[in-house]
Amino acid sequence: MASETTAGAIPAGAHEGHGIWGFTKAQLTALALLVAFLAIGPFFLYPVFLMKLLCFALFACAFNLLIGYVGLLSFGHAAYFGMGGYIAGHAAKVWGLTPEVAVIAGALVAGFQGWIFGWIAIRRQGIYFAMITLALAQMIYFLCVQAPFTGGEDGIQAIPRGNLFGSISLANDMAMYWFVAGVFLCGFLMIHRIIHSPYGQVLKAIRENEPRATSLGYRTDDYKLVAFILSATLAGVAGATKSLVFGIATLTDVHWSMSGEVVLMTLVGGLGTVFGPVVGAAVIVTMQNYLAEMGAWVTVIQGGIFVAVVLAFRRGVVGEIGNLFRVKL
Amino acid sequence: MDEIFGIPAPLLFGQLLLGLINGAFYAMLSLGLAVIFGLLNIINFTHGSQFMMGAFVAWMLLAWAGLGYWWALLLAPLIVGATGVIIERLMISRLYKLDHLYGLLLTFGIGLMIEGVFRNEFGSSGLPYRIPNELQGAWDLGFMFMPIYRGWVVVFALACCLATWLVIEKTRLGAYLRAATENAALVQAFGVNVPRMITLTYGAGVALAALAGVLAAPIYSVNPQMGTNLIIIVFAVVVIGGMGSILGSVITGFGLGIVEGMTKVFWPEASSTVIFVIMAIVLLTRPAGLFGRA
Repeated sequence: MASETTAGAIPAGAHEGHGIWGFTKAQLTALALLVAFLAIGPFFLYPVFLMKLLCFALFACAFNLLIGYVGLLSFGHAAYFGMGGYIAGHAAKVWGLTPEVAVIAGALVAGFQGWIFGWIAIRRQGIYFAMITLALAQMIYFLCVQAPFTGGEDGIQAIPRGNLFGSISLANDMAMYWFVAGVFLCGFLMIHRIIHSPYGQVLKAIRENEPRATSLGYRTDDYKLVAFILSATLAGVAGATKSLVFGIATLTDVHWSMSGEVVLMTLVGGLGTVFGPVVGAAVIVTMQNYLAEMGAWVTVIQGGIFVAVVLAFRRGVVGEIGNLFRVKL
Repeated sequence: MDEIFGIPAPLLFGQLLLGLINGAFYAMLSLGLAVIFGLLNIINFTHGSQFMMGAFVAWMLLAWAGLGYWWALLLAPLIVGATGVIIERLMISRLYKLDHLYGLLLTFGIGLMIEGVFRNEFGSSGLPYRIPNELQGAWDLGFMFMPIYRGWVVVFALACCLATWLVIEKTRLGAYLRAATENAALVQAFGVNVPRMITLTYGAGVALAALAGVLAAPIYSVNPQMGTNLIIIVFAVVVIGGMGSILGSVITGFGLGIVEGMTKVFWPEASSTVIFVIMAIVLLTRPAGLFGRA
């Protein structure tokens, strides 16, 4: 899948990452625009909406690390997102930990879970990999329905935002926004760094031709497993941050439809592009925001977008823009 | 024999029967998935929605046209199968040259649309569907009462699986199908219309899902979510069994249904996760699945 998309997305004349910190000129411009948007966004948009958007954008970026750069379609990323949220919520509410520690706790548990599940799932490839990750995520969903600490149908409610480093109160939406923006930017740059490291180059080699990577002496399963753990950890960070923003962690975030949503976001933005998942998350979250009162029609529209993107628009928004200007974004 | 392992016998046999019924649905759905996967090389994520459509078409036939269960058993698979043929011609057929994962994403999107439309139209609370008069009541088997309809579901599902096996293994059409699964280009060179065969195979797999939906209508309430929850378990069943053999799908489906039913008796909390745990164990020991070809 990825080879088909990227073959179209990278035009002949494009130069591969030699700019500053591995960014191309076009990517630097896009990054500057993104940072500018993060800086002035909360002054003319509702901060809670922006925070939701950033959490999903980080979630989609984490997912894209697998599908876009290793070619693995995980259909169960809600398990890591939702578990990150539950753990962070429990840590902040019951144990009274500070928000940054709660987020780290959520990320570690999600990463550990990703280690186990990745270890099981990478035994199969392609379609089977997608089915296995989906089934394992459904198992987590059922465990979350039953486990006492998740609160079952009610979820964990009234999670306090707490004081950052024990001193800066995050109760104010603007304070929380800067925290979320910081977490997002760290995660985003970390993924960019991973992709452009020598390790990331091996991942791309596995995506393009796994038997050849194996024949060159790379233990591809180990590389895939590490990518899976990193992706799950960052998805956990996103889920943990989201539960602190809204003060709740519920079954919605571990449900399979959440796994489908993150696939949709990444697909709409553009698989295997650095900025695609961010744009895709913005599109889908905005759409859900405006269509919230339409009930089940939102599901129909999301399904329709899936169909339209797969049939006609496989590069996604950012992929198409990149193709238009012949740059890699 | 009032108690077995300290469990009252009626409870044990009751759960065994429930397990067999769930197993019947797992078997029929995984069989359809395997047939479609064999020829089209896609995993039909819409399968759950098509199962649900089968149940809804049965309900509509009764409520709107006055046609009862037996008509539904015949017409619902044909109607839903026809929609499957349209979906394959209009959309899925455009993806055969691409990575198989796109087929998964496309059918997932189609499934979301279908489920959303039904949720808008009928709400999510569920509609009742009566057991037909001929199959009402229960037999006294001595050690338990068996509702006739439940016995009928198990027998009929087994007959469907057997019929599918016969068609694929013992008829000329089935021979073409197996040949095309191995090498479609070569079969086409011999003058078989492979694209039409692919379309009809998809339609047949979908019809099988719809048939299972009609069978399920009187047991579960007819609601838009009935398919998606089931299909994820069926995916696990497919991973456990491997999609290589038809008999393998049937045995795995029924076997896992029974295991799930027994877990409900001995350790109720684990019954919703036991199939996924088995999947993990099978992946660790036999990654290709119990009946899969490596």
